[in-house]
Amino acid sequence: MAVIALAGNPNSGKTTVFNALTGSNQHIGNWPGVTVEKKEGKFKYNNKQYYVIDLPGTYSLGAYSEDEIVARDFILHGNSDVVINVVDSTNIERNLYLTTQLLEIGVKVVVALNMMDEAKQRNIEIDINALSEKLGVPVVATIASKNKGLDDLIEKAIKYAEDGESPKTKISYGEEIDKEIERIKSILDSSNSKYPNRWIAIKLLEGDEEIYKLVEKEFNLDKDSLSSIKEKAATYELEIVDKRYEFIKNIISTTVKKPSKEVETLTDKIDKIVTHKFWGIPIFAAIMFVIFQLTFVIGQDLLGGYVGEFVGFIGEKVVDFLTLINSPEWLKAFISEGIFGGIGTVFEFIPLIVVLYFLLGILEDSGYMARAAYVMDGLMRALGLHGKAFIPMIVGFGCNVPGIMATRTLDNKKDRMIALLINPFMSCGARLPIYLVFISAFFPEHGGLVLFLLYAFGIIMALIMGRLFSKYLFKEESSHFIMELPPYRLPIFKYVVRSMWDKVWDFLQRAGTIIFVVVSLLWILSVLPFGVEPYSQESILGRIGTVLAPIFKPAGFGTWQATVSLFAGIAAKEAVVAVLGMVYAGVTEGNELIAALQQVFTPLTAVSFLAMTLLYTPCAATLGTIKRETNSIKWTVFSALYTFAIGWIVAVIIYQVGSLLGF
Amino acid sequence: MAYMYLSNLKPNEYGRIKGILQNGRVNKRLYELGLYKNAVVKVVKNDFGPLILNISGNKLALGRGLASQVLVEPYSNKN
Repeated sequence: MAVIALAGNPNSGKTTVFNALTGSNQHIGNWPGVTVEKKEGKFKYNNKQYYVIDLPGTYSLGAYSEDEIVARDFILHGNSDVVINVVDSTNIERNLYLTTQLLEIGVKVVVALNMMDEAKQRNIEIDINALSEKLGVPVVATIASKNKGLDDLIEKAIKYAEDGESPKTKISYGEEIDKEIERIKSILDSSNSKYPNRWIAIKLLEGDEEIYKLVEKEFNLDKDSLSSIKEKAATYELEIVDKRYEFIKNIISTTVKKPSKEVETLTDKIDKIVTHKFWGIPIFAAIMFVIFQLTFVIGQDLLGGYVGEFVGFIGEKVVDFLTLINSPEWLKAFISEGIFGGIGTVFEFIPLIVVLYFLLGILEDSGYMARAAYVMDGLMRALGLHGKAFIPMIVGFGCNVPGIMATRTLDNKKDRMIALLINPFMSCGARLPIYLVFISAFFPEHGGLVLFLLYAFGIIMALIMGRLFSKYLFKEESSHFIMELPPYRLPIFKYVVRSMWDKVWDFLQRAGTIIFVVVSLLWILSVLPFGVEPYSQESILGRIGTVLAPIFKPAGFGTWQATVSLFAGIAAKEAVVAVLGMVYAGVTEGNELIAALQQVFTPLTAVSFLAMTLLYTPCAATLGTIKRETNSIKWTVFSALYTFAIGWIVAVIIYQVGSLLGF
Repeated sequence: MAYMYLSNLKPNEYGRIKGILQNGRVNKRLYELGLYKNAVVKVVKNDFGPLILNISGNKLALGRGLASQVLVEPYSNKN
């Protein structure tokens, strides 16, 4: 099966092309670093199957950050039959920089001149045929967001993959460097390698560390000649970049016409307001506040009640049916209290999650997130990081797993480790049901505000811990802040809904798998041994909880039920609510979890419990991601324990101080 | 005309990049992002925190520390 790889700069619309081709549920955001791992999709054309690989968006094929290495290795190892290079037509000069490197590797490249509509708006004229001739590869105009030009693109790409010739493009780097390239190439040629040797030679002269490692491993080149090349690289490195741009300028001088007079775009006007030195942060806070308030108003008041009623209604019908067919009591109890009381409670919050993800999706795709990172730079700097490290934090609002993956776009180890370790403090969607249950029970009048404060508190704790980490654990220099601010774009409704549905689907799947397993196991433990009152302290679950409960006594919620729910939450955060729903289903009518909580918690202990759930040990999936990304058991265990300690300390302080103040 | 630092340009002023007084990888990254020698950039915002630059129609935020390592020649676009 033929493999098509998509390569391009961040924000070039690469992922939109991928989505349009595969119809997949891939997420596109209007910010650098959405695709941090390569993603796969399939499509059919003329009854043949093709694989499409969406590579991380990169500016170059160097080894500046990990996502760049992922993209480069894929292309270098010849894993694709053709590379579609998605180019932002409004920014063609910089985008072609990546193109020149693809051409030099010698792979088959088809250039997709994307966002042609925006280019037209800005009066940029591109002579496509001339450009294709100069580059030596096919060029196709596309508007991926409107599904235009894609058939042509696919047709050309497949045709080129099947019977086109690889590009022979040679960029001249000036007499001296060219000579050196040839000299190194001839040495490399004597080893039998599967790599494009001219490209390897250029990369050596660019001082690319990864390529030095590769050459040491796979070529017969002695250490001395390598280090002498390295010395030369120091002087040639930047000149090589210059010459590539010279090559590009030569090409576009005859093929691209740009208006010389710049006009103030809408993006410029919006940026004047949202990146303002005083208003930037308040505007960001206000936007987040409105999002939480809307989530609450739309999700709870308009939609929430119905889903809850519906789940209750189905539950009753199922139990009636079970009675009708004379099923055993234990099964009825499991279904009504374990499944509907427990997991059903989680489902009641789906409307809110839908609304929150939808709103965050609009914000992401609009391009505002890069501005949020920009205005947060000052605060991030205070803790030894820079604004770009804020992006993984915002991604973490959806789920910490992609949040942690997004730290790959940070280019030094220190920034990355800190961003990764503080990410779990960013409150994810799975924790939302916990907050909402407690808000409904204790603060129904101020839902949006409480929610906003919880999320804000998570950010503040992340900043404080980041500061401590950069002061005591990782002392290296932080890297520099360089970030593109993409133009604002109207979010495409279809894609926002799709990405929202993706996350909701993930939520449903977890409810059906891991949460189901956890709840079932705990349900069994809560009715055993035979003969005890189910969900009582005498059950196995009750006894385990009772042993551990004193841990949380100083925080004010040292009940076995709360204890068990917190530990279940380490499997998946939704399980906290599911378990509370189950264990309290036994003591109150139906699944009136809220009424039960009002009896056992006070507003103060509710707050300390919320703080605990916000901060304590991340879920298993997040810990797994931390393990994979750091490749270190030590840091994974550290991350599980320190968050627990922080959560506990904060909960205890809240409860103790609150009690002293008489709450 | 005398060279100055990019961070000293005012909003709406242009500068022609003359060199970067930084060593290491970030230097090359700036080149690759369009801040190569003799490229002309426009300062969009420069008051507090990172600068915002316009590099042939493309906006880039650049930390102040880094911007004060970039040498430019003031450039008038009025011709």
